[in-house]
Amino acid sequence: MSEAYNFAYLDEGTKRMIRRALLKAVAVPGYQVPFASREMPMPYGWGTGGVQVTAAILGRSDVLKVIDQGADDTTNAVSIRRFFAKTAGVATTTRTTEASVIQTRHRIPETPLHEGQTLVYQVPIPEPLRFLEPRETETRQMHALAEYGLMHVKLYEDISRHGHIATTYAYPVEVAGRYVMDPSPTPKFDNPKMDDCPALQLFGAGRERRIYAVPPYTTVRSLDFEDHPFRVQTFTEPCALCAARGHYLDEVVTDDAGGRMYICSDTDACETRREDVR
Amino acid sequence: MTPLLSAHGLTKSYGPRKACDGVDIDVTEGEVLAIVGESGSGKSTLLSMLAGELAPDDGAVRYRDREGRVRSLGEIGPAELRALARTDWGFVRQDAAQGLRMAVSAGGNVGERLMGLGQRHYGNIRAQALDWLDRVEIAADRIDDPPTRFSGGMRQRLQIARNLVTAPRLVLMDEPTSGLDVSVQARLLDLIRRLSGELGLAVVIVTHDLAVARLLSHRIAVMRAGKVVETGLTDQVLDDPADAYTQLLVSSVLAA
Repeated sequence: MSEAYNFAYLDEGTKRMIRRALLKAVAVPGYQVPFASREMPMPYGWGTGGVQVTAAILGRSDVLKVIDQGADDTTNAVSIRRFFAKTAGVATTTRTTEASVIQTRHRIPETPLHEGQTLVYQVPIPEPLRFLEPRETETRQMHALAEYGLMHVKLYEDISRHGHIATTYAYPVEVAGRYVMDPSPTPKFDNPKMDDCPALQLFGAGRERRIYAVPPYTTVRSLDFEDHPFRVQTFTEPCALCAARGHYLDEVVTDDAGGRMYICSDTDACETRREDVR
Repeated sequence: MTPLLSAHGLTKSYGPRKACDGVDIDVTEGEVLAIVGESGSGKSTLLSMLAGELAPDDGAVRYRDREGRVRSLGEIGPAELRALARTDWGFVRQDAAQGLRMAVSAGGNVGERLMGLGQRHYGNIRAQALDWLDRVEIAADRIDDPPTRFSGGMRQRLQIARNLVTAPRLVLMDEPTSGLDVSVQARLLDLIRRLSGELGLAVVIVTHDLAVARLLSHRIAVMRAGKVVETGLTDQVLDDPADAYTQLLVSSVLAA
């Protein structure tokens, strides 16, 4: 651990400010709490919101896992993990079951989370209504009055254009029967995992300066139409490496002759399965 | 009978200038009221206050709701006011881009209010949108086109469909025909007259065009410098104007 930095990089005053925002976010599930986002030693869009939330909640005994699109070994995941190993000296892991704090960009691990774990999402655009209603003053009022008809206009447009709801990521959800929330650009495949999840889910948007949360065991419902119910993606083949079915798969191009394979996006789940088989 | 909408002593100033100065207006059910006057006479300010979008400095707007209660717009909370604006009222704007969602298809524009009311059946919403597009004479195969691909007249008709889909009781129109060429104007006016008659709508239409007022309205209010200078039955006011300003206004219309 580097002595040049305060524990987990941020100063104690900043961490306290973020924790206050987090407490409010947990108390009002799905509500976007403004916070005084700081400059971080990484560019916006690389997880500055998630990193600040993680820094505010890390304790010395925590075990940190960081994933980027499900993978533990990509640049973003490796550098954020190293960042906290250096500035906080916490233990890190790639095992979902061993981690107490998991920072994620756009996936929820396949291994079911358990009580006591915290999932920290990196969020680019926290406002689900943004692309339909550009005025922030207006969207805030719509949230305050629970006027969410506009969210269905987006789904309507999908069906009228494609014949089915073609939104596959950042699929809007209703939290605890009240606020409509953008679950960050996770594939909608992961939406059902948010519902009634035993782990605490925190969302940080650094550039947009918003924090929101889903407390453990909270109802998270994906919006849909009666005659076009919510459905997750399905895959016809199993994972080419671990033969798992029911995992979210990435398409990997293997040559320039049209060769491709489908493998688990969650590297830890895939490796664990392969070890178990051996 | 108590009027549907009644305004008393509406006053609104922008700095030292009074845009509206003690305006009284009543609208009853099924009535078309035209507010005419030159540019800058306070017509649009008045309309915004009637719609509850602009708070008056003085005076009040009272609305009789579906339960027969007469309520002051200033005393209705924002949640209920917005709900009323979505269901009981319509607002057709001069600039269609302000009244429509330009990036959303025609069907989505018409369906938005229905979804806002909690309808969650795609097939039903689409059927109602198709029905309303037909009633405003927009071809069914244009339902998935965004209004950016519509002509000016079609955009105004789409605005009307979007507003009328929830069967409102009162529709406010701000210069709905200006900027359209004459034949398109005539068709739109015809449509407004037919629909308001069929549905028994109360309509307040703001216009600077006396021909529009004559064709559509039962009653007329003439505004000048923030004040209503003359009000009465349309034919009476236009054929036999009492006020000097109204006389000037009527005489300045070019004979066709």
